[in-house]
Amino acid sequence: MSENPAVPQRPTAPGGPLRPESDEPAPAGLRPPSGTRAPGGRRGVPAPPGRRRARLTDPRTYVRAVGVVLPLAFPFYLDRFWLQAGLFAMAAAIGAIGINLLTGATGQLSMGHAFFLAVGAYGYCVFAADGGDGLTGLGLPTWLAAVLAVLVAGVAGGLFSPISGRLSGAYLGIATLALVFIGQHVMFNAHDLTGGANGRDVPPLNLFGLTFDDRELVVADVPFGSAEKLWYAGLLALLVGAQFARGVLRGRPGRAMNAIRDHRIAAGVLGVPVARHRAAVFVLSSMYAGLAGVLLALVFQRTVPDYFGITLSLDYLAMIVIGGLGSVSGAVAGAVFVSLLPQLLTRYSDALPFISAPGTGGIAPGEAARFLYGAAVVLVVLFLPGGLARVAARRRVRTEPGEQ
Amino acid sequence: MSTLAEILLNGLSLGSVYALIALGFVVIFRATEVVNFAHASLLLAGGYITATLHDDIGFWPALLAGIAGAALVGAAVEFLVMRRYRGSDHSVLAIVTIGVDILLTTELTRRIGTDVIPLGDPWGDAVLRLGPVSLAHTRIAAFVAAVLLIGAFLLAFRYTSWGVAMRAAAESSETAALMGVRLGRVSLSAWAVAGGLAAVAALFLTVFPTPGLERATSLAALKAFPAAILGGLDSTTGALVGGLLVGVTESLATGYQSDLTFLGRGLGDLAPYLVMVAILLIRPAGLFGTKELARV
Repeated sequence: MSENPAVPQRPTAPGGPLRPESDEPAPAGLRPPSGTRAPGGRRGVPAPPGRRRARLTDPRTYVRAVGVVLPLAFPFYLDRFWLQAGLFAMAAAIGAIGINLLTGATGQLSMGHAFFLAVGAYGYCVFAADGGDGLTGLGLPTWLAAVLAVLVAGVAGGLFSPISGRLSGAYLGIATLALVFIGQHVMFNAHDLTGGANGRDVPPLNLFGLTFDDRELVVADVPFGSAEKLWYAGLLALLVGAQFARGVLRGRPGRAMNAIRDHRIAAGVLGVPVARHRAAVFVLSSMYAGLAGVLLALVFQRTVPDYFGITLSLDYLAMIVIGGLGSVSGAVAGAVFVSLLPQLLTRYSDALPFISAPGTGGIAPGEAARFLYGAAVVLVVLFLPGGLARVAARRRVRTEPGEQ
Repeated sequence: MSTLAEILLNGLSLGSVYALIALGFVVIFRATEVVNFAHASLLLAGGYITATLHDDIGFWPALLAGIAGAALVGAAVEFLVMRRYRGSDHSVLAIVTIGVDILLTTELTRRIGTDVIPLGDPWGDAVLRLGPVSLAHTRIAAFVAAVLLIGAFLLAFRYTSWGVAMRAAAESSETAALMGVRLGRVSLSAWAVAGGLAAVAALFLTVFPTPGLERATSLAALKAFPAAILGGLDSTTGALVGGLLVGVTESLATGYQSDLTFLGRGLGDLAPYLVMVAILLIRPAGLFGTKELARV
């Protein structure tokens, strides 16, 4: 089935990062399914998406359970700095999952992710604000505003489909670059909507009568401010987003996407509606970016146009390359790496060699972080195809030889 | 009328500078099929070298040093990074260049900081008056230099053995390698040439009326991407036409800004991208790009 026999599709062989092996046991890409771990997945029939029974004997089940439950306790133990850093990482992870669906799984290079993040962030402000600060605000309930903002980001992605459905490779990459510049132009100039260069305040989220602001609420002797409350909202959004993306990647759409990435013409011949799928993935990826934008706005409590520049788009590409193209866990790992690194370096800049406070002439923490992940991008592509997610997968293969 | 003439002439001059950058971009793409997203940082490197050296060794030697330096940086990127990749997927290498760009741009912007460094060019802010039309000397110099360089390049591309090797590699790298073309040298020289062209472009992007080299210079250099794309990534003619088109559009949008206030300020910076999107809607492979043909 693989049209390119030169690229080995076995998990232990170093494939290029744009043709990664999924770390999912269920088949992704054109690899024949490994029957042992996907019941019903024998003889090339894919397992029904998301329907693998969790096994009580499988240690990974417990690892996953701990991975989900442990973060629930963080707000009780970590201080505000770490919670905010974690929230940034969560928002970045949601956005990275989106761009990984597009760039990693479907092979469509996008440099315009920052634009859709901006649409989400500003969309939320416009829908939720009550217009008290002289800027346009519709005063909708904040949960509705968040949903609408995500939808608007999707619509923005859909409007770009005449281009995103037809172009690929570098053409698409540079065409999406245009989105970032158009977006920044609008943000600086549409003063009523965006507040111009100074940005605008973000109304706090309000869910079921609980407002996610700094009015203190004490839970088990721990004061809950906005960071603590948002932590749970962010965690929920990330879990839902990750599960949904897993489902997409595992099911028919995922196979179609991988087929488009591996060979567009072959995919078309096999009956995949290529242009429609590419446009659809673009929309889906934009919606993820929109959700990430909403969450970022809520954490920042203020949106400014400078943030949503070309650098941010490059950061997201760096995330998925470092984490591993085409997989959800890779996107999350890369997002955590890229978004926590500057914060960690800032926090511990006194204790680290070569790094000094900003403005003193040495290498500032932010710059050091960019050096590190710029180098990481290069090194990962050259020496670790598949990124961080593949390292984990490779280990798994080694420890459980019977599985593959 | 005289304003229009001024705007068009300035646009042509600016466009020829973009064409220089886009040409380097296209050369790398044709020789190696790699889209070089680090191109703006090569340009910044050349500009930075010229800017720091001109006080000590004079402008012309500094310019030569800048060109050589940027060529060296380009060659080093090819030799140290691109060559280490053993796979066959060129879109992966495009992502590597993004990593390289992050590295180079971070270092250079860190060095430049918030300064605006003049390049010490001999033209200053002198203006040539031709009847009602006035034109800065720098703009004329930019146009002349770009035309000379592009002409020399195209001749070399056509007649020297280096150019033949380059075109052969672009046509079919495997066949070229079998015929004795050393692909490593071809791609090394492509990167070096692109770096050198970018350094010259850096000079003309930072002289009058621009105050000097600053962080934002790399953003100006990014406008050569739409130029290369709308002309067609694999076409040298496309790079030239694309560059001129982008330059003239930007100049027009900036020149008639006061009539276009309803579209917001800073429209000139946006114009190249709008033109590109409009052209890609009609011709997805650019104006002169070869339509993708695939054998199934």
